[in-house]
Amino acid sequence: MKKSSTSVQELPGAAVRRPTPPPAWQPRTDPAPLLPDPEPFRVLGTPAAAGADPALLLRLYTELVRGRRYNTQATALTKQGRLAVYPSSTGQEACEVAAALVLEDRDWLFPSYRDTLAAVARGLDPVQALTLLRGDWHTGYDPHEHRVAPLSTPLATQLPHAVGLAHAARLKGDDVVALALVGDGGTSEGDFHEALNFAAVWRAPVVFLVQNNGFAISVPLAKQSAAPSLAHKAVGYGMPGRLVDGNDAIAVHTVLAEAMDRARRGEGPTLVEAVTYRVEAHTNADDATRYREDSEVQAWRAHDPVKLMERELLERGVLDEAGIKKAAEGAEVMAARLRERMNAEPTLDPMDLFTHVYAEQTTQLAEQAALLRAELEASADPAPSGDARDAGSTGGEAAGERR
Amino acid sequence: MTTTAVKPATMASALQRALRDAMAEDPSVHVLGEDVGTLGGVFRITDGLAAEFGDDRCTDTPLAEAGILGTAVGMAMYGLRPVVEMQFDAFAYPSFEQLISHVAKMRNRTRGAMPLPITVRVPYGGGIGGVEHHSDSSEAYYMATAGLHVVTPATVDDAYGMLRAAIASDDPVVFLEPKRLYWSKAQWSPDEPAAVEPIGRAVVRRRGTSATLITYGPSVPVCLEAAEAARAEGWDLEVVDLRSLVPFDDETVAASVRRTGRAVVVHESTGFGGPGGEIAARVTERCFHHLEAPVLRVAGFDIPYPPPMLERHHLPGVDRVLDAVARLQWETES
Repeated sequence: MKKSSTSVQELPGAAVRRPTPPPAWQPRTDPAPLLPDPEPFRVLGTPAAAGADPALLLRLYTELVRGRRYNTQATALTKQGRLAVYPSSTGQEACEVAAALVLEDRDWLFPSYRDTLAAVARGLDPVQALTLLRGDWHTGYDPHEHRVAPLSTPLATQLPHAVGLAHAARLKGDDVVALALVGDGGTSEGDFHEALNFAAVWRAPVVFLVQNNGFAISVPLAKQSAAPSLAHKAVGYGMPGRLVDGNDAIAVHTVLAEAMDRARRGEGPTLVEAVTYRVEAHTNADDATRYREDSEVQAWRAHDPVKLMERELLERGVLDEAGIKKAAEGAEVMAARLRERMNAEPTLDPMDLFTHVYAEQTTQLAEQAALLRAELEASADPAPSGDARDAGSTGGEAAGERR
Repeated sequence: MTTTAVKPATMASALQRALRDAMAEDPSVHVLGEDVGTLGGVFRITDGLAAEFGDDRCTDTPLAEAGILGTAVGMAMYGLRPVVEMQFDAFAYPSFEQLISHVAKMRNRTRGAMPLPITVRVPYGGGIGGVEHHSDSSEAYYMATAGLHVVTPATVDDAYGMLRAAIASDDPVVFLEPKRLYWSKAQWSPDEPAAVEPIGRAVVRRRGTSATLITYGPSVPVCLEAAEAARAEGWDLEVVDLRSLVPFDDETVAASVRRTGRAVVVHESTGFGGPGGEIAARVTERCFHHLEAPVLRVAGFDIPYPPPMLERHHLPGVDRVLDAVARLQWETES
């Protein structure tokens, strides 16, 4: 330091002082109002819980219990081979449920692949919500019916969709807000940054909820981001960031409701980071013991979102043993019904492969559809004749060779 | 309504008129991209649209191609018909995940419940002296993705007609604009545009009997010029302008090759893994017994797009096409 300043002074002309004109542009706002409080917002177990609406608390509790049961049932279905894979949201149910319940009917939900539960809590048929994971079709529902976008497997790519939809709704004069879900790993993707930037510049009525569950498969948050918190990332885009205890369903609901209201008033997007934990492995195919200690998992189990809510409701007399039993029984009925329906083999039509590629089938696809139809007819025929070969009429040699 | 007399128009002005007419007829058509508003696009294709229709209909976006296309997906989900401009061919690459994972697949994954009527305009190809990353021919990447239409006009009439059709399509269309033809001119009346073949059909631009040149986009004028030059050698060449790479018009192409018995595929993108291989294979499968010689390809070299001072050596020109035509005299060579 000292040495270099000496050498600068030795340069010819260094003694001449010339005032540098200030840059013509200055940063325009004080970031302070955008900064998240460093302590995650909590309601359960604090005096603030007394002000919470008991009906909402009870509704959240019921959905939490159902959600937990849904997660355990879906995980069991993977062991029975009924689901190809299930990324469990056990431990994160408060985020999933609050995200679904905070939406008005006209609002849109943009889930990631781990957010099946949010889609179901939104009102989606549980079996249709699992179609992707069962493997019979990529999206088992009409997104317009419940205003739930397809579960997105690529990370963070659904976030710009949420921005575009919210922007379009506002251009049309509709009072619609989009809520987009993403994990901590997804915040490293370029689409996360582009979506937040577009949303802030356009003041789009969209809310981003980051479920920070600690790991992107095996990579911990410390290797994912050097930011003070993921909510801090909001400031750089010019939107408020909010940090919330992701295992406190009423806190998540409260923070999201404020953000949704803000978006609906035309004041632009908000980034909410919910601090939670993925109690199960990434999916049933993952071995979580390779990258984390059991003591850590146990510490988070003590901060379980279902138990936190249950304790609060018991202490406040909103819930009793009979109420707990009733919620559990309701969840069991849901699980039994789901099991039963998932045990039925789905009916698949292979010709569907060609039905929805383009609005009008191209000649190329029509030829390939004819090939498949011929193969299907041939395999259904106990005594195949040479006719099936002509039925394909593909113009190529492939049909003949397959025979 | 006044009728504008038929007069010379450029492909750029026809594209601009197509956007304007589409926006005027359908309020759900929105244009978005980098510099498309106040500047009117670096090629001025969107010139005047923001002034006429407002910033909400013709929107300058942040500089982020994945964001541009990704937000267009959301807009299409809500019933709009976004027309996205990717400023240059190679600038579109950051948007490929959106294009491939979502734009191309949304209709399919939702069983038709959520079609995405998005037009992605990509000025493409070389020959304008652009520096690195401004001259790529990226059509093979798009062709390899099921769910996309991939089209490219070569005439002023097609520029207008095909862009209107692309915007009206309920499916996503990658609309490749041959940027070196932006300033090509033709007699054209914007108020009475000529009817053009629908997207998906190829057009025979020149009738001939000796061999078929199969081409598209920026190579169409090259092939027409080569066909004129070949007359001196006694060759009467037919020129087929594909117009649409996906879907592919096997019928028109095969009918032409069956008539002439010989074919050369001409394009400026790289030959290895390029569109020509697919086209040659399709022609061979359909016309094998009619062929007097192998289907040949004249393509750009298999190199990263060269610096502008060398691009004339890379781009297939008339001479290289004529050399290939000469090689079609297969039986005399052995």
